Amino acid sequence: MSTGTEVRPGTRSGLGQSVRRPDGTPKVTGTFAFSSDLFARGMLWGRTLRSPHPAARIRSIDTSIAERMPGVASVLTARDVPGRPTYGLEHADQPVFASETVRFQGEPIAVVAAEHPELALRAVAAIEVDYEVVTPLTDAEAAIGAAPIHPDGNVFRHLHLRHGDLDAVGAVSVEGSYEVGMQDQAFLGPESGLAIPVDDGGVELFISTQWLHVDRDQVAACLGLPPERVHLTLSGIGGAFGAREDVSLQVHVCLLALRTGRPVKMLYSREESFHGHVHRHPARLWYRHHADPDGRLVKVEARIVLDGGAYASSSTAVIGNAVCFAAGPYRVPNADVDGWAVRTNNPPCGAMRGFGAVQVCFGHEAQMDRLAAALAMDPVELRLRNALAPGDELPTGQVITGTAPVREVIEAAMALEPPPLAATDPPADGTMDLPGGAGLTATRADVVRGTGLAVGFKNLMYSEGFDDASTANVRVELDHRGEPLATVHCAAAEVGQGFVTLAQQIVRSVLGVEQVALRPADTTIGSAGSTSASRQTWMSGGAVELACLAVAEALAERAGYGGGAPDEVLDLDVVELLREGPIDRTRAHHHPPTEPLDEDGQGDAHVSFAFAAHRAVVDVDPELGLVKVRHIATGQDVGRALNPQAVIGQIEGGIAQGLGLAVMEEMLLEDGRLRNPSFTDYLIPTALDMPPVTATLIEQPEPGAPFGAKGVGEPPTISSTPAIVAAIRAATGLELPRIPVRPEHIALAEA
Amino acid sequence: MPISRPTDVTATLDALAASPDADLLAGGTDLVVEVNLDRRRPEHVIALRRVTELAGHDTTDGRLRLGANVTYSEVEHDLAQLVPGLAMAARTVGSPQIRNAGTLGGNLGTASPAGDTLPWLLAMDAEVELASPEGDRSVPLANFLTGPKSTARRPAELITGVRLPRVEGPQHVSKIGPRNAMVISVACFAIVLDTTNRRVRTGMGAVGPTVLRSPDAERAVTQALDWDALTCPEDAIDAFGRACAEATAPITDHRSSAEYRRHAVGVLARRALRRCLST
Repeated sequence: MSTGTEVRPGTRSGLGQSVRRPDGTPKVTGTFAFSSDLFARGMLWGRTLRSPHPAARIRSIDTSIAERMPGVASVLTARDVPGRPTYGLEHADQPVFASETVRFQGEPIAVVAAEHPELALRAVAAIEVDYEVVTPLTDAEAAIGAAPIHPDGNVFRHLHLRHGDLDAVGAVSVEGSYEVGMQDQAFLGPESGLAIPVDDGGVELFISTQWLHVDRDQVAACLGLPPERVHLTLSGIGGAFGAREDVSLQVHVCLLALRTGRPVKMLYSREESFHGHVHRHPARLWYRHHADPDGRLVKVEARIVLDGGAYASSSTAVIGNAVCFAAGPYRVPNADVDGWAVRTNNPPCGAMRGFGAVQVCFGHEAQMDRLAAALAMDPVELRLRNALAPGDELPTGQVITGTAPVREVIEAAMALEPPPLAATDPPADGTMDLPGGAGLTATRADVVRGTGLAVGFKNLMYSEGFDDASTANVRVELDHRGEPLATVHCAAAEVGQGFVTLAQQIVRSVLGVEQVALRPADTTIGSAGSTSASRQTWMSGGAVELACLAVAEALAERAGYGGGAPDEVLDLDVVELLREGPIDRTRAHHHPPTEPLDEDGQGDAHVSFAFAAHRAVVDVDPELGLVKVRHIATGQDVGRALNPQAVIGQIEGGIAQGLGLAVMEEMLLEDGRLRNPSFTDYLIPTALDMPPVTATLIEQPEPGAPFGAKGVGEPPTISSTPAIVAAIRAATGLELPRIPVRPEHIALAEA
Repeated sequence: MPISRPTDVTATLDALAASPDADLLAGGTDLVVEVNLDRRRPEHVIALRRVTELAGHDTTDGRLRLGANVTYSEVEHDLAQLVPGLAMAARTVGSPQIRNAGTLGGNLGTASPAGDTLPWLLAMDAEVELASPEGDRSVPLANFLTGPKSTARRPAELITGVRLPRVEGPQHVSKIGPRNAMVISVACFAIVLDTTNRRVRTGMGAVGPTVLRSPDAERAVTQALDWDALTCPEDAIDAFGRACAEATAPITDHRSSAEYRRHAVGVLARRALRRCLST
């Protein structure tokens, strides 16, 4: 891997160095305070009553028994919501509490606050709801034309992209249908928060979330309070991956605190967590790829149906991404992509790492392999021949003006030999490195090996005209020892990605001040936007840089350099200049504006793109259908590695999540009911499932990006999944059109 | 909720007699999960960890006794020479933390069809030791397990351990789950080539309401084996796999399908046998 480049050589713990996380040791040693550890004197415990039915009409709700139970302070239902009765990230279509209609299993009906969590549990059990159970609408394709299950209709968004000559055909065409199951973000820290009523009638909420300000606005609207009376502070987060973008318990816990006048804590159980947040959209995909005899893509046709579940969440943006990136990181002169995101009585789906690009990447990469086979061409060569490059046009008509090292990421992934693995050498018998792992199910003779490559990309930052700006404040002063101290204040949610480290690195490199403190992220400063879309390094990193530059300018002015010369700040006697008093600057950072897609899905909708390629080596036991991923090699377009160790962490973690989707992770639904809401049955990869990863970071600084860096969190999750499935196909000769691939898909297909 | 913490079997039986509905707590890897999921609300718990007679193992008259409180970790690390198949099975249980807590007595008491130690114990004709105020008794495992999560243990009885013959010969336990570790069994197969008594012993897990064996398959392969050379004709190996699969009664659930379980256990049977033969 790359060692990164120091932005200012000689600055200790600055940009380009693998600086350790300030929260790393506390997290590893168990002293880090997560939101589930929140505590306030005299606090009550909140608990949610959820519908056991995916679809029902509510005839009546009787809370009288629960209310009379000793130790129960409050029982609230829809009629107790003083403000807007619904919320939602983009469309407020989700009720705070279901009152007449239940649209998914687990939908909240009521909340209780009690002196003890066990009492709250019993009070929830004492609420009597009379349901008239209705047959759930669970088929996404059928939902398009079915009777609406919500006043806003069943189609969240229909986007039909048309680009170039729709009548064009290639000499060779291949067609395929694919399916992606519902993945969960499976963060380890369940939803939790603590609300404390404030004397002015407002409320203070300590919460694990990805975007404080959008939570605040939704909470305030539902509480019927002006936003300035709702104050949010970020609490310790145990993973997010998109699942904390939507409101879960935020409104409920604040309502309980305001009603009781006491602090209220809520903490979901693991099972409740699976019902309490959105998931990755399951997808059905149909593709037809056309190419000329040389393997140049002529046209891509696709139909994409995403099951958004009961409420909108971010479905409209997810299908936007799925359509925009449906053809993959290739030059496609003609495209016809019909995308739907629809409402069903399945659990609501929304943001998850990769956000629409993951689903289509499974389809377009399977298609590229199929096309290579039809052309009798090497699949790597086919991809190289069609690889996007700067100046190329996307199917949206947008021309790539930044970097697009698609060829480079492919070549890098292919160049990385899996060091310990000779191609014909499964591990020795009796080791747990064979497929089946600890179960000792296979011997070497039972195992075949396969290799697969996949390439993917997605947008960085929000798209389609959204101005997701970020704000940061940097203050420099002398500490009690007379040493310079910088303090950063930014509302960017640290969800594990390492923004807290990066903010310190930026200050050190730009201002030369080594001692950098971080104020808690909260809503007393402007919005930082969401920790999603791989955007915080660019957006909030950029805001911190701008604030640092403003501080540098002020220091330069103090030193008598009129116009300010930030580059020279490192040569200034900062200690001397700060004797006059602190300097404090707040700056907002906006990315260049984008535009909405038009009715043909055309437009300059995206700011920038990041690319990655993965080559997977897998061992498969075809007779039992068991898989062991042996190695992943990846080339990733990072712009610039500002903290190489953190980049590798994102790459390894993202690959683990991609591996999960490839071979095990799925929320299993039956008539809208979730059958595996536990970590016993919702399986995520263990150390024995996760292979060694070798990565090459492609460092081509992105024009316009702060420090040239691209976001790195999502690309590892996009193409790792199809690379693994391609390798399983190579090993078994099976089509495997659905993920996750289950043992029976392999073993019984062969039988 | 009262918690009894007896230190010997007599006191445990007294506590059990006083509250026959009490939940018995050993490693807690089943009970605590159920409590956390709000599926069980114990009225009274009898904690067994301090009961000295339930610890450890010993051998008498060529028979081996394993105490009910022996943990999976102890089996995996300390007893691998003595009971190699059981050690393989123990290694497949959960994570190291779970293996440090969970016990053989718990696996027997819970009696899940997917209980990881049960196929090997069944293959070994293990007998479950039960103590009660009326006296002690031993019940063959096959009779002890009466259905999914149901046993012949009477309310006043305590599982004190498990007894099995000491036999020589190669053995293997393999287990399938859709992940390479820390997974509930969707099919498990245990085999012991008992060279002492010249018979093939087997047990199958997660492919029926309780762990199963196929007497027909065992008989046929016992006859087909060349016990001196420890070899077996290929067609007999294949027939053994088929016969084992045919003896199963699996279900389809969210973990796997009946079809896959049946297929897989047949493959495991064939492979496990082959592993135990001379090459």
